Amino acid sequence: MSEIAPSTTDAPILRSENLRKSFGPIEVLKGIDLDVKRGDRIAIIGGSGSGKSTLLRCLNFMELPTGGKVFLEGERIGTVRTARDGSQSVTYSERELMSVRRRVGMVFQQFNLFPHMSSIENVMEGLVTVMRRPKSEARARAAHELERVGLSDKLDVYPGRLSGGQQQRVAIARALAMDPEVLLFDEPTSSLDPELVGEVLRTILTLAEDGRTMLLVTHELGFAYRFATHVIYLYDGVVHETGTGEQIFRNPQKEKTRAFIARSSEFSL
Amino acid sequence: MGYQFDFSMVVKILPVLWRGVLVTLELWVICLAVGLVLGFFVSLARISPFAPVRLAGRSFVELFRNIPALIQLIWFFYAFPILIGAQLTPFVAAALGISLNTAAFSAEIYRSGIQSIERGQWEGAMAIGMSRADTFRRVILPQVFRRMLPAFTNRAVEVAKVTSLASVLSVHELMYQGRVLSSTYYRPLEILTTVGVVYLVMIYPMTWTSSALERRMRRKA
Amino acid sequence: MQQYEWDFGAVLAYWPMLLHGLWGTVAISALAILFGIVGGGLVAAMRMSRHVALRTIGTAYIEFYRNTPGIVHFFWVYYALPVITNVKLGPLEAAVVALATQSSAFYAEVLRGGIQSIVRGQWEGATALGMSRADALRRIIVPQAARRMVAPFVERSFEIVKTSSLASTLAYGELLYQGMQIASITYRPLETYSLLALIYFALLYVLSSLAKILEDRLQEA
Ligand SMILES: Nc1ncnc2c1ncn2[C@@H]1O[C@H](COP(=O)(O)OP(=O)(O)OP(=O)(O)O)[C@@H](O)[C@H]1O
Ligand SMILES: [Mg+2]
Repeated sequence: MSEIAPSTTDAPILRSENLRKSFGPIEVLKGIDLDVKRGDRIAIIGGSGSGKSTLLRCLNFMELPTGGKVFLEGERIGTVRTARDGSQSVTYSERELMSVRRRVGMVFQQFNLFPHMSSIENVMEGLVTVMRRPKSEARARAAHELERVGLSDKLDVYPGRLSGGQQQRVAIARALAMDPEVLLFDEPTSSLDPELVGEVLRTILTLAEDGRTMLLVTHELGFAYRFATHVIYLYDGVVHETGTGEQIFRNPQKEKTRAFIARSSEFSL
Repeated sequence: MGYQFDFSMVVKILPVLWRGVLVTLELWVICLAVGLVLGFFVSLARISPFAPVRLAGRSFVELFRNIPALIQLIWFFYAFPILIGAQLTPFVAAALGISLNTAAFSAEIYRSGIQSIERGQWEGAMAIGMSRADTFRRVILPQVFRRMLPAFTNRAVEVAKVTSLASVLSVHELMYQGRVLSSTYYRPLEILTTVGVVYLVMIYPMTWTSSALERRMRRKA
Repeated sequence: MQQYEWDFGAVLAYWPMLLHGLWGTVAISALAILFGIVGGGLVAAMRMSRHVALRTIGTAYIEFYRNTPGIVHFFWVYYALPVITNVKLGPLEAAVVALATQSSAFYAEVLRGGIQSIVRGQWEGATALGMSRADALRRIIVPQAARRMVAPFVERSFEIVKTSSLASTLAYGELLYQGMQIASITYRPLETYSLLALIYFALLYVLSSLAKILEDRLQEA
């Protein structure tokens, strides 16, 4: 986001250049440039089908981009091969993708907790199988993360017995346990009952206070305004407008952005 | 209808039937174990990304499901040895046929179980950097086993029943003993009824478990 | 190992016997399916009866057949039943009786499942559309239940075709029995039993493809 805010001097943690993604003949992302610096909190807003989820999923390689470049800590993800005819293609090893996904955590709309594991086992899983930590150490760390999201009294409870808000907080703890450098949220409160939205948003705000680097897709524009250091308005697979929360919400420059914000009835600053 | 059911006959044949029960149990356990393990690998072939592997898995399943089990047993005893140039004992031939048959049916249980797990489970595991293999082993499979437990116990019941076909190859299991006793003593009513009851006692706990599991799952869902 | 010289010609020379056997298999299966459905209706009615005694008999009947192997039923009907009734059944009659009684138990469960889904039917949705109960029953609930019953019904009928091979143990001239004769005449068990397996496979595969077309038709309707 270097072009919009006079930012800190350090290099971006996560960066995309002309990122593209097609599903078959349909191009969903049409060249996205993105710079995420340490401590940035970026809210991604936009209409349904504009490509918000796809963008997040390409950034942690849950979906493989079909064009462009992604850099994590300055390093290009994937190996470029040049064929005999001079055309270039990018290949990814599973090992590399695993490491990227560990470093770029993700929290889903549907939580995706493992139903056959208790809360603490859900959080320990990555520590044990991915980081190869000893069980006792993993357990202590998991308990710590669950405490951070306010669930120290639910360690041995299974997801089926938790409310949606509690499940989402376990999912956040599970992501945090991996020490991700960047954390992605895809509409983390969209499948929650209205009265449970607050507890999850509060949890995300405490992460903001800790200075975490986060990208958040949300329809809660009011929250986006309070949360974000930068806002991106995505329209039809391109970054239509970008700026600080103040700029985008109070003083949008483009017609479509203005219309979108006016349409979003839940927006109250 | 003035026939007198001779209960002393029942008592008399029980020791022989018991020997048959032991062979039945042996066949049952072996075929179930081999079939479940082999069926797992067949199900992996069924969902493999490689079309030829998928086709091989599918052919195996279709072949063993669309041919009567009795023909399979007879084939493995009378035909297969000619192919490999070595005689098989009746027990081995029966065990081979029933195991492969069980593998084909359990492969379909595994497959539908694996495919019934939501995509979100794969994604949840991938998002914390788990490998596909680890995800499969630690996240997907345990849920498959849980979800498909009634289907597996059901299969166990079917396998127990299929073992009775080994009597046709003269494997000395329960049904075979019943047939021999029945023609030795000319008391088919007493003897065959007893054989039926023994099977019932052996198998019923399994079906009961299966339906209890099913009921429990439906309550949970 | 010496290369085995395949000779299907020697076996195929006996094709009239195979054709005869195929006819036997079709005859047993068709009769058993027919009587099985009728019997299944009766058993289902008992199983769901208001009277405890009838309900108990219905349940016991189903449980007995679910928990005992088919071959026991064949032998019992052929050898033990005449002791009680004093009427000796021929192999065909015995096979049909054994198969039909056994399959009534399974058809009964299919019917019960369908009827229960009618009872539980989506009355709310249908009546919300402003339909009368009779209309809802005829236009929505019954067709849905019927559709749900097709797949298990077809599956049960396949089991009957496969199980009909047990009639060979009573020396009835269905496909397997004829095959056994050919194998002992020609000394070509490998070719004979492989061919038999192929015939069964083709028969069941064709039938299952037909069933799938039928199911799809019903889904569309
Ligand atoms: N796996 C896929 N295969 C084919 N098309 C896809 C796939 N995933 C997404 N799409 C398409 O890409 C477009 C963008 O989808 P995406 O989920 O990124 O939108 P979104 O901005 O997150 O929308 P929403 O606000 O509804 O979540 C949509 O048209 C969608 O149908
Ligand atoms: Mg989305």
